Amino acid sequence: MSEQVLNVAPPGAWRRGSTGIGAWLRRQEVSAPRLRGLGLRRFATPLGILILWQAASSSGVLPARAVPPPLAVVAAARDLLLSGALIHHLSVSLLRVAAGLAIAIAAGASLALAAGLSRLGEDLIDPPLQMARTLPFLALVPLFILWFGIGETPKVALVALGATFPIYLNLFAGIRGADPKLVEVAATLGLSRAGLIRHVVLPAALPHFLTGLRYAIGIAWLSLVVGEQINADSGIGYLMMDARDFLRTDIIMVGLAVYALLGLASDQAVRALERKALAWRPAARVGR
Amino acid sequence: MAAGRPGRALTMDGSWDAGAARIGPVAQPAPDTKVRGLVRRFGPTAVLDGLDIDIPAGRFVALLGRSGSGKTTLLRTLAGLDTAEQGEVILPPKRAVVFQEPRLMPWKRVWENVALGLPDHDARDRAELALREVELAHRMDAWPLTLSGGEAQRAGLARALVRDPDLLLLDEPFAALDALTRLRMQALVTALWKRHGMAALLVTHDVDEALLLADHAVVLQRGQIGLQLPIDLPRPRRHGTPAFAVLRGELLGSLGLSAEEAA
Repeated sequence: MSEQVLNVAPPGAWRRGSTGIGAWLRRQEVSAPRLRGLGLRRFATPLGILILWQAASSSGVLPARAVPPPLAVVAAARDLLLSGALIHHLSVSLLRVAAGLAIAIAAGASLALAAGLSRLGEDLIDPPLQMARTLPFLALVPLFILWFGIGETPKVALVALGATFPIYLNLFAGIRGADPKLVEVAATLGLSRAGLIRHVVLPAALPHFLTGLRYAIGIAWLSLVVGEQINADSGIGYLMMDARDFLRTDIIMVGLAVYALLGLASDQAVRALERKALAWRPAARVGR
Repeated sequence: MAAGRPGRALTMDGSWDAGAARIGPVAQPAPDTKVRGLVRRFGPTAVLDGLDIDIPAGRFVALLGRSGSGKTTLLRTLAGLDTAEQGEVILPPKRAVVFQEPRLMPWKRVWENVALGLPDHDARDRAELALREVELAHRMDAWPLTLSGGEAQRAGLARALVRDPDLLLLDEPFAALDALTRLRMQALVTALWKRHGMAALLVTHDVDEALLLADHAVVLQRGQIGLQLPIDLPRPRRHGTPAFAVLRGELLGSLGLSAEEAA
């Protein structure tokens, strides 16, 4: 039911393995390791695109009204920073995601524990959640506005709803996927049911929970983008919609860049958490 | 660490079968393990079909048999992992199992694996003593996935030893090891068994292993005892002595092989 959620490798995972096409390609590079060793080569293409983009804008090939030149985007970012507007909208957005994620983690983890640790819980909880997760939850926006108005509540609720599912699905699968052989060992060691859950089931499920958390964070930012473009008066999404009204494509680009950086930073944060919480895994497998 | 531990039963009770735990500073002899009329079916086939077997206290019994002869089912029944349909089983209070795979919790350090299920107050010290006995004390803070196969299996052995079992159940514990490591593990298990004096049941496919380690070899056939063979060889035992060869031929014969085929 949720296997497909688990089997999707997070981006970049293939580079870490010691087998497969990634490792083969790496071995082919032994003869030309200079740029690779400095880690600079991966920046070459993005940098080239930026230079081409700036050149196209400066020469008039790209109309500034449709696509602002990179330097104009940087200037807009600087102005927004200096005026304090960027920090204000950013903190509003961060708070919304943090609140929504906190609710999603609490709800998703509670539901997964209840469903994962008892048959009754599974029968009561799993069917409605499996049905609900097939619903494109962003389609609930009109309903949420009718229910919760246009304040903070519908935005946080949208983030929370979307992020709950990956937490629930992955943690539930992780709990049910605990190795039966280790469960047997726990029985021969005389562990109680509580001891079994604490020492075997939950640690076994932790990697799955963290995978779920990474997906949840991705969905949280996506939900926020949608939530903030409807009836918002603050937040990064509002900043972008407001800029649209004044044809300020440079500010829209700043908003996009901020979203990208936020997504990247939160993903890195979970990776750091994984490295710490899953220190028992051999280095090659961390991040898988 | 073998230095006799009077009163060891006191610290161990409750971990498995509190009701039957021995009490008092002087350890009484543990009861023999007795199995009478054990029947276990998987679908229409009876894997154990009215089996009777004894494992006297302090004796080392090797259990041989072809695949599907019920060896592992018997061990799992004695370990409390499988429930028979009929029959009677009398067990000593403290049992411990070593499986074919080490089955360590990868998220717990080696000593935490050994100490799992022990009362907290001196768990680390006791784990360290047990790890020292299997010559793994230097790895006690390591993560299990960083251990070699032999090291991991020794950790599994320490996890069983630390419980001070009256009956040690060994489910093909050396089968997945390379030949050299297997020989060292066999010597280690023999030494530990002598020092602690617990009863041991070794499930194995390996006739030579049974002859090197056990006091008795029992061959299971279709869920019953096909052959019961006392092994009266002096220890330490060596391959290739004439007496060894005679017993080997007898065991192989009961498994349906000639010594030439097995050579």
